[in-house]
Amino acid sequence: MVSLLQRLGHFGLSVFQSLGRAHLFLLRTLWSLGSLTWRPRLLIRELYSVGVLSLLIILVSGLFVGMVLGYQGYITLVNFGAEEVLGSVVALSLVRELGPVVTALLFAGRAGSALAAEIGLMKTTEQLSSMEMMAVDPYKRVIAPRFLAGILAMPLLAAAFSAVGVWGGYFIGVGLLGVDGGSYWSQMQASVDFYDDVLSGIIKSIVFGFVASWIAVFQGYDATPTSEGISRATTNTVVYTALAVLALDFILTGLMFSA
Amino acid sequence: MTTERSTAPLIEIEDLHFRRGTHTIFEGISLQIPRGKITAVMGPSGTGKTTLLRLIGGQLRPDRGRIVVDGHEVHRLARSELYRLRKRMGMLFQSGALFTHLNVFENVAFPLREHTRLPERLIRTLVLLKLEAVGLRGARDLMPSELSGGMARRVALARAIALDPMMILYDEPFAGLDPITMGVIVSLVRRLNDALGLSSILVSHDVPEVSSIADYIYLISEGKIIDSGTPEAVRHGSSAWARQFMEGLPDGPVPYHYPAPDYLDDLINTGKS
Repeated sequence: MVSLLQRLGHFGLSVFQSLGRAHLFLLRTLWSLGSLTWRPRLLIRELYSVGVLSLLIILVSGLFVGMVLGYQGYITLVNFGAEEVLGSVVALSLVRELGPVVTALLFAGRAGSALAAEIGLMKTTEQLSSMEMMAVDPYKRVIAPRFLAGILAMPLLAAAFSAVGVWGGYFIGVGLLGVDGGSYWSQMQASVDFYDDVLSGIIKSIVFGFVASWIAVFQGYDATPTSEGISRATTNTVVYTALAVLALDFILTGLMFSA
Repeated sequence: MTTERSTAPLIEIEDLHFRRGTHTIFEGISLQIPRGKITAVMGPSGTGKTTLLRLIGGQLRPDRGRIVVDGHEVHRLARSELYRLRKRMGMLFQSGALFTHLNVFENVAFPLREHTRLPERLIRTLVLLKLEAVGLRGARDLMPSELSGGMARRVALARAIALDPMMILYDEPFAGLDPITMGVIVSLVRRLNDALGLSSILVSHDVPEVSSIADYIYLISEGKIIDSGTPEAVRHGSSAWARQFMEGLPDGPVPYHYPAPDYLDDLINTGKS
């Protein structure tokens, strides 16, 4: 019983220690962001690695999700003779929810795990230490550009995901199942509101980008410098990001809906 | 003031205490590193030699005691002051710690690009000078993954001297090298120290190589300095432990056998593990 309590206490303490380290890490990262104003090239390179290289998986996934939405939406709507509103169903589902959430989950798997592994490996091979000994702050040189790139890339990737998804729904609904093309687009135009839908989707994806990037760079930086430590850091990045994104999505949806 | 500083030791360590968890690494060691010399810190694996370099570089904080580098108490410096001091220190990591996404040229150019606003032509000239000094000017376009262990260490050495530091910290520079490469590195450490007027602090347990180039040796074991002096003095000193270490004897003050109950008793008591 005592040993169980001890273990519970030890677990609790290590969780709080880790949270404390993560927040101190975040503060120092935010403080280091200013240095990117006179070194935009660092940010651009990371935007390419985090954003552009994630584009393919995002576009392909967006297309399939949109096509599935087109199918499922049509099957349900046709029962009520309301298949003309398919465009708004697909667009609202993507812009409000699926775009930001699925993009964040894919981002965690593609870019987040890569960030954690890259930084963890730099730590293991003493590249971060050598940088420090050369009087180069790894927070400014390594962490801040990757963190900001993640935040900036996420809404752009989510927008690309939703746009391709809308076309996927169009191909299935209009091209395959015979929904009127004009109705598809006009219903979408009439029902999707910029502030209520598009903006809320953008806010969500910025928040998800912040959290996903924070988790990835912290897990890499805090990794135990062994191969097992890097493996754990990449796994933790994907698991923690998925949980955080889904929980935050619930909270943000509640806040936006009540507002 | 300038004269005072130039005659004072480059590094002064006083009453240094450092622990990792419950394990004591240093228990009140004091030592001085003179300017312009090669000073070696030697001891068995796990005695905290690398930790000492990290303490000197300000990457770790001592529990007690002080470390003064060129008149600056390292652990009282603000981050910006510490970084200013580190620009005058070079460190050669055991693994080389080259940036794997940059080629040899860019690795050596890295500190120059970070800390200076020199034109590209001058950076090129400086990088080629440093690479020539370590004999790898022809390898400038190779990636770190294409280098052997010895070549990687030489590139890292070129990078360490890129900013013309006042001192270089060497972390196990001879570990795991073939005899030819080891000879190259040994000669480089001595030549660079003398040619560039550097001070070198060398952490190693390779006795013959260190003895051949070090001006002064500190022997450390179990958190304390066991002996110090010139290589010759340490080898023939009064400390039995130092003699065992320097001559690589398998038995002595450091016993061959891990502490165990009597051998005969152990064999007779077959029922017990």
